Parts: sequence; C-alpha cells; structure tokens
Amino acid sequence: MLKNQAAPPATSQPKPGRQISDRTLSQLFIWPTLILLIVINIFPLFYSLFLSFTNYSAIANRPPEWIGFANFDRLLNNDDIWGYFALTGRYAVISVGLQTVIGFGLALLLRKKFRGSGVITTLILIPMMLSPVVVGLFWKLMFNPSYGIFNYLVGFTNPATAPDWLANSDLALWAVIIVDVWMWSPFVMLLCLSGLSAIPDYLYEAAAIDRAGAWFQFRRITLPQVAPLLLIAVLFRTIEAFKAFDLVMGLTGGGPGDATQMISVEIYSQAFLGQFRTGRASALAYIVLVIIIAVSNVYIRTLNKVREG
Amino acid sequence: MSKNSRWLSALMIFALLALVSINVAVAQDGITELTILWAEWDPANYLQQIGNEYEAETGIKVNVIQEPWGSFYDRMAVEWAAQGDAYDMTVGDSQWIGQAVEQGHYLDLTDFLVSNGIDKTVTPATLQYYGEYPAGSGKYYAYPTEGDAVGWAYRKDLFEDPQNMADFEAKYGRPLQPPETWAELRDIAEFFTRPDDGIYGVGVYTQKDYDGMVMGFQNVFFSWGADWSRDGQVMGVVNSPEAVEALEFYKGLYQFAPPGTGNAFFAEMNDVFISGQAAMIMNYFAFFPALINPGVNPYAEVTGFFPGPKGPNGDQFVSLGGQGLSILSYISPERQEASKEFIKWFAQEEVQRRWAAVGGYTCNINVLESEEFLTNTPYNAAFADSMTFVKDFWNIPQFGELLEPAQTYLTGFVVGGEGTAQEAMDNIAEAQHEILVDAGVIDG
Repeated sequence: MLKNQAAPPATSQPKPGRQISDRTLSQLFIWPTLILLIVINIFPLFYSLFLSFTNYSAIANRPPEWIGFANFDRLLNNDDIWGYFALTGRYAVISVGLQTVIGFGLALLLRKKFRGSGVITTLILIPMMLSPVVVGLFWKLMFNPSYGIFNYLVGFTNPATAPDWLANSDLALWAVIIVDVWMWSPFVMLLCLSGLSAIPDYLYEAAAIDRAGAWFQFRRITLPQVAPLLLIAVLFRTIEAFKAFDLVMGLTGGGPGDATQMISVEIYSQAFLGQFRTGRASALAYIVLVIIIAVSNVYIRTLNKVREG
Repeated sequence: MSKNSRWLSALMIFALLALVSINVAVAQDGITELTILWAEWDPANYLQQIGNEYEAETGIKVNVIQEPWGSFYDRMAVEWAAQGDAYDMTVGDSQWIGQAVEQGHYLDLTDFLVSNGIDKTVTPATLQYYGEYPAGSGKYYAYPTEGDAVGWAYRKDLFEDPQNMADFEAKYGRPLQPPETWAELRDIAEFFTRPDDGIYGVGVYTQKDYDGMVMGFQNVFFSWGADWSRDGQVMGVVNSPEAVEALEFYKGLYQFAPPGTGNAFFAEMNDVFISGQAAMIMNYFAFFPALINPGVNPYAEVTGFFPGPKGPNGDQFVSLGGQGLSILSYISPERQEASKEFIKWFAQEEVQRRWAAVGGYTCNINVLESEEFLTNTPYNAAFADSMTFVKDFWNIPQFGELLEPAQTYLTGFVVGGEGTAQEAMDNIAEAQHEILVDAGVIDG
C-alpha cells in the first residue's frame, strides 16, 4: 500500500460487482449435483447402452467392438433367458401380492391407537431396516432343516423328514418369497397407515348414520381413499422385485440349478462370476429396464385413473 | 542479514537439497515394499509370516493383501483390466492362468525359473497345473506356492467304535476302515446315515455360486474315467456313459449328506463336521488345520484323514486346488526384478521348509518327501499322496463361461432333482461345446 493512500473507511459497503445474484447462487448449488449425476448416473447409462451393442469384456484388455444387435438377438432368442423372465415375473406377482395383502391388513389392525401400538409398529418396521444380505444369511440359518427354527414354526418337528426349503427346486422360490414378504410387508403397511390416517372421520360417521355396513365402508371409503398410496407401494415393490438380487444371492445363489435364477442374478452371472460378458450383460440390463419402464407406466396410468375417479 | 548468516543459510539450503536428492535417488532405485494379492484365508496369513522373515533379512517389506474368496477373482480381474500396478504379485487360482497369459497380465517366468533351477525343485504336477500355459508348452508364468487338492476327513471315534465295526462287517462283509474306493465310501456313508441320531454319512460340495459343485463332482467324474474333453471333442465326452454314471453316483452320495447342505462349499463342510453332523466330509486340505484345532473342533483328537478314493476301474483323481505366485506385467522393471528376488528367496528349500512348518502347503519335492513334513500334521501324508493324482477343470480364458452351465445343470440334478443325469450331462456338453466353438478352441 502506498504511504499517501487514504485508509478505507471501517464500515465500507460491499462493491456491487461482488454481490452474488440469485441465479448464480442457485447455479452454484445445482451444478455440483448435476455434475455428480452426470458422472455417476447419466454417463454410465449411455456408456452401458453403447456397450450393449458391443462384444466388450471388462477384463479382456481390448476395446469394445461394435456388433450391432447381436447381443439382443442372442438374448431374446435364448429360452433360458425367457425362463428367467417368467420366473422373475412369477416371483414379483406372488411376492408383491402377498406383501400388499399382509401390509394392508397390518395397517388396518394398527390403525386404531391402543396401548403399545407405537412399540408394535416400530417392531414390525425393523425387518425393512435390515440389510438384505444379512437377512438372507440369517434366514438361511432359520431354513436349515437340522437346526433352523422355521420348520418347527410351520409344524415340521422331525428334522429327518422336514423339507429342505433352499435345496428343493419346488420350494426354493417360495423360500425367497417368504423372506421378501417378511422383509417388505412393513413398507406397504407404513404407506397404507399414512393413507388410512388421512381419511376424514366424518366419512365414516356419515356412512354409519346411513346404516352402512363394515364391508360397505371398507369397499366404498377405505379402499378408494388408500388406493393411491397403496398403488405407489405396489409400484415401488414391483420395481424392487424385478431387481431382486441380494436376497437371492444370500439365500440360494440362484439355485438349486436355476430354480431361483432371477433376471438380476442372471445379469450378475453374465457380468461377473468368471464370465465378464460386459456387453451382453449391459444388453440384458437394458431389456430389464424397458420392461420395468413398461410395467411402471401401466401402474402410473392406473394410479392417475384412481386419483381422477 | 549479516554476511555470515547469509552464508549459513545458503549452506543449509544446499545441505537440504542434497538430502532430498539422495532420498529421491533411494526411492527410485531401491524397492522398499512388495505387495501380494491373495484370497482371505489362513495360508495368506502364513505367507505374511514368511514375508515378515523376508523383511527381516532384506529390509523389503512384504504386504499380503487378502480379499474374500467370493470377490477375489473380481478384484484381480478389475486390476488386470485397468492394467494397474497396485499389486506386484498375485497368488492366482490355477484356472486363471490361461486368461492371464493370453491377455498379457502375467510376466513370463520361464527363463527365470529354469535358469535358477527353481522349476526342478517343485513336483511336476504342480508346475504343470499352477505354472505352465499352454499345457505342455514348457512356458511358465507362476511359481507353485500353495499346493492343494480335495481330501477327506473322517470321525475315527465312529469308525473305531466296536459296535459300529461289528455292525458294518455284518452288513457289508468287510471291516469298517477308511475307504479306498468310491463304492466303499458310499457304503460307509449309507451306514452312518442315522437321521434319528442327527448324524449323516458324508458331506459333499454342492455350492451353486461359483465352482463348488464342479470341484466336488470332479473327484468322482475323473475317477470314473470321464473328462471335460478328449482329442479336441466335448460332445460324447462330457456326456459319456462314464460321466453319466459318475453323476448318478454323486447324487447318490448327496442322499447321505446332512440336511441344509444343498448349497455347501468349504466353510459348510467344516461346519457340519465340527457340529458332529457328518461322519466324513470332503474338503480342500487347506481347510483341514481347523479340524485338528481342539478349540474349534470338539472331535479334533478323533479326526482322521484320507485321500480321494479310486473309481470302479481303479482310476484315482482328485480336484486340484491351490495357487501359483505370479508377477504382474504392469509393474515397473525394478519392481519386477524385486519380485523375482522374492520368489527366488521363497523357493529355497530352507524357506519352503519353514513355509510348510507354519502351515503352507509347499510344492517343493524334497520338503514334501521329508519325514518331517509327512508327520507334521495328521493330514500331510494324505496331502502328499493326493498331489500325485490331481486333475483340474479347464484353465483357458473361457473357464468362467464353461463353469456356468456345469454348475447350473449339476446343482439342478444333484440338489434340485431336476431331470436325469443323462439330460444334465447332455446339457452341459451342448453348452460347453457351443462356448468352445464360439471361442475357436475346438472345431464346430
């Protein structure tokens, strides 16, 4: 500083040029998130789309080679893949169906407050807070025919004749469904509870004055009022069911044979497990994505109709 | 600043620069650390112990990085794909070698091993399966480090119980003793299967996820005279009558396995043995140290071991386990040389003797034949015997693809009871034939 320069006043106003406009501020907040999304989501999405048209292997030490629709052609003409899709569909329908019924039922039971209802609700919610891998591992122990508790609970008290749920091709899928229902029914219950609590009491009071029965009240008041939230729960659970992976790997590894080889497990097998067919696995992942988008669209259209109607 | 202090400052700066330049020179020329990637298991701890001895002798620190078995291959494969230099060496699985060599991940160690005479110090079978690629080429890419094979553990207290001995002899017309043939093993398994007492005859590998089922079945498959290919052919070989018969036999054995072992591999085998559920189990020898530890196994004092039995025509083979130590080709020439120095040190007979003493399964001929090794543990004699009749799955780059149909159809039939043995082997043969034709390994 020059000696003859006057010192600035102690309470100087900030220069107008240094002020950050609202637009700049908002961009400062948005861009880091956008960059993160582009790097972590958007780029891999498009890059994997590109890879699905190549014969790329992540460990082959050679660049991707364009092969057009060959991966899709091979996958869609493979009976095993269609079998895995059918299996995943069956799993999704049964599992989500049971979760909806049980979750909704639990919500109806817990709708009215009673002593200890808060504690019971919290306890019921615990399974969905656990890691699916951990759940898979401890249910594997519970399903063990020798020392697992599950067979005892369902009435098979003799380990010598009790079913081996995870080693039986006819039962393995049901074992996975049972664990999925146990884990995720509370999620459906939670959404239904919030829907039920939003129904105004005067609707039921008016129905009671008109001498409407319990079944009529349920069909004409409860169900239509909860339906939007119930459909959202079903939508989320259906998407998750199509992506079922960690629970299956923890319980059966896709076996025995291919009895529980869900489509996500098949993608994993193709992408890793010594195969590293990255291109073909990407193509299969895109086929699954298209199916999930289609199914979600059906749900969303139904949801909109319910809301309008 | 005075003239003197200016001189002093200049001198100090000069001295500092000189020190820094000396340090840089040391860091560039001298390797102070070597990193080895291996699976997470006891032998890796033993290697770390040996590595600590190397550090004490040379000042070069050896780090053995351990990755769980489930993700070991993935971690290595990702490192290969990135051509990374995070690891100097890996103790890689025998099945990886084809892929690692063909894709240039492993350094050619032929001249190094031959010129130092290291190739002559290990058993030919281990050098062939852990180090050589392609088979019979005389090109080596790994030093056989951890020899391993599938062996058997059994409950001596049950076998030596007078009542059991009398009952068995009365029923089968021969004394109750560790089996020498698969037929004898089956009879013993049947004899000890007593669900009401909570005990079963035999524990066998059935795991679906990676290669467990194949590694278990191969012991029967090879001993029945079957193979994964013959004269460049798969069709008619993989689904040969011997192969089908072997599969039916393996499924028969599974009937005598403890319930809940439908997706079982090495950990589950030890579990059912330690919990007293199985009279006999198959397992890699590398997992047997736990069975002689009374703190882990309540039957440790009465646990015996025997090698894989013979098939109906006298053929005797067991699935190969174990790994060889390879140098990764993406590290600097200095680190490659330092890694070779470590292997040279490690391959010395005296070091191999210590490696065996701490629990490692040496492949050194002299150590394997020594009385000290054979009597060091109750299973070492069976191990040394087994290493003379080991046989492996494919080790070409397509091994992972070839495993997948084998795992699926074998578990489907053995565990899930799907279809027939003939159908399972036909499906495997067809799928493997297609993979090998696509890869140009065999003619269509």
